[in-house]
Amino acid sequence: MKQYFSFFRIRFIAGLQYRAAAWAGVVTQFAWGFLSILMYRAFYQSGAENFPMEFSQLTTYIWLQQALLAMFMIWLFDNDIFDSITSGNIAYELCRPCDLYNMWFVKNVATRLSNVLLRCLPIFIVAACLPYPYNISLPADWACGALFFVSLIAGFFLQVSISMVIYISAFYTVSPAGMKILSVTLMEFLSGAVIPIPFFPDAVQTIFNLLPFASMQSTPFLIYTGYTSGADALAAIGVQLFWLVVIYVSGRLLIKHALKKVVVQGG
Amino acid sequence: MIELRNINKTFKVAKRNAGFKEALKSLFNREYTYIHALKDVSFTIGDGEMVGYIGPNGAGKSSTIKIMSGVMSPDSGECVINGRVPWKDRKAHVSEIGVVFGQRTQLWWDVPVADSFDLLKDIYRISDEDYKRTSSRLIELLDIGEIVKTPARQLSLGQRMRCEIAASLLHNPKILFLDEPTIGLDAVSKIAVRDFIKAVNRENKTTVILTTHDMQDIEALTERILLIGKGRILLDGTLDELKTRNSSRKTLTVVYAGNAFPPTDKISVVKDIGGHAEIVVDTEEISVAQAIAYVTSVVEVKDISVKGASVDETVVSLYKEFEI
Repeated sequence: MKQYFSFFRIRFIAGLQYRAAAWAGVVTQFAWGFLSILMYRAFYQSGAENFPMEFSQLTTYIWLQQALLAMFMIWLFDNDIFDSITSGNIAYELCRPCDLYNMWFVKNVATRLSNVLLRCLPIFIVAACLPYPYNISLPADWACGALFFVSLIAGFFLQVSISMVIYISAFYTVSPAGMKILSVTLMEFLSGAVIPIPFFPDAVQTIFNLLPFASMQSTPFLIYTGYTSGADALAAIGVQLFWLVVIYVSGRLLIKHALKKVVVQGG
Repeated sequence: MIELRNINKTFKVAKRNAGFKEALKSLFNREYTYIHALKDVSFTIGDGEMVGYIGPNGAGKSSTIKIMSGVMSPDSGECVINGRVPWKDRKAHVSEIGVVFGQRTQLWWDVPVADSFDLLKDIYRISDEDYKRTSSRLIELLDIGEIVKTPARQLSLGQRMRCEIAASLLHNPKILFLDEPTIGLDAVSKIAVRDFIKAVNRENKTTVILTTHDMQDIEALTERILLIGKGRILLDGTLDELKTRNSSRKTLTVVYAGNAFPPTDKISVVKDIGGHAEIVVDTEEISVAQAIAYVTSVVEVKDISVKGASVDETVVSLYKEFEI
């Protein structure tokens, strides 16, 4: 366990070095957040009763999404991992008495968390100070907050497990570009990163909610805003845990198979 | 103890001719060729030995190292290292070996080398005492006290290589695999690295297996040589044996004036340009003294020198002999 912790630490420290990138990220995410909110405001003014979420719930969803972006952005891949597979540098990682899957998993968690830690505070603070209904509000009660926290962690680990499957696919495809583009486009849409899932037609929603991608960011954010609550929230967390186990196990099986037939490239 | 028996490894390589038409064709019908990287490779290396593993590019050196370090599994054959099959018992195996791939890096690019070392300490579960002792000794021997405080990306190749070697020895491995450790290094760094490898082998009784194209490495470091070519082990012997194979050949360099060499079958003139000739003498057929006497009798000699074959030349002639 200690080895994975220090692995986490070195990656985390390395991630904290990129301060300029963090500031640029904060500015971009503010701009993006404001633009989305202004766009939705225009829609809501034409008739708020046509929309599934209250406007203040929606703004909370958007600010949460922007502040925690690095936890859930699908396109935040660790290029070191792709490089090590395609260039053969993986030879060194295989020479360590560690489990490769765990090592990469921890590395991803650390990269994303160090990113989030640098960016989320300024966004949360400013978004909380905005006037109602443009601000981010607190969860309705303690129970809601606790459910959100559990769901957030489950969703985050699921996100990393799905990234792991994409990394491992590079063993088979040699070039990760295609897999990256395909997965990013598809998953951004299906996970509610582009448009929150409640905005889709009911039938589509049912399908989305059964796929693993809604369990990543949509479930915890909707629990936070109070859109999903009570028994529904518990059921949604159940779905999250189900997918987490399924994807984690398939990732492990996949890497086992990949390593059996691995050919380390280059002399 | 390292034992390899009848190891085979084949790679499947997609192949097509150059050109647009061929590229289109290969979309539908790919042709593969099979490259036999290793064919029935067998050898045994005892504890504390230092072995040079040589062969031309693409001969199968790196493949063998990858198999021995548990990174790759062979198609068939047995490999047992200290009682374990490397690719089956990978985690236990790799904690007892150190590996340096000269063309890759194991140091974290953005952080000081010392941080990478600390990480390796935890990865290999090295105790504080052992770590302190080993790292301070490595740092002293390799003279990298100042260098380890610098991020890896700012190091020169020679500095980085010294850190790489230190990194692979922090856990006191029983076996050290060095895949081209002196590639691209200047003379000073090369000598520093060689001296260090010698010291580790002598003092810790670490088994060292070294692949290189630099014959001076081999000459300075190893007693025993394994020559591999086209996936087969061609020669397993000492450096001296290798040299004596070719010691009957001497090269005479002659500077002369006047007429050119008359054609003859007594000696073989390999180069003769503008009064400067190189003559290869096989001492089993004609002694050097006889050859010199003959040369002085046919041309007006200004200067003459005799040289035995260098290790490089010996190796080249071996490659030729085995047609690799």
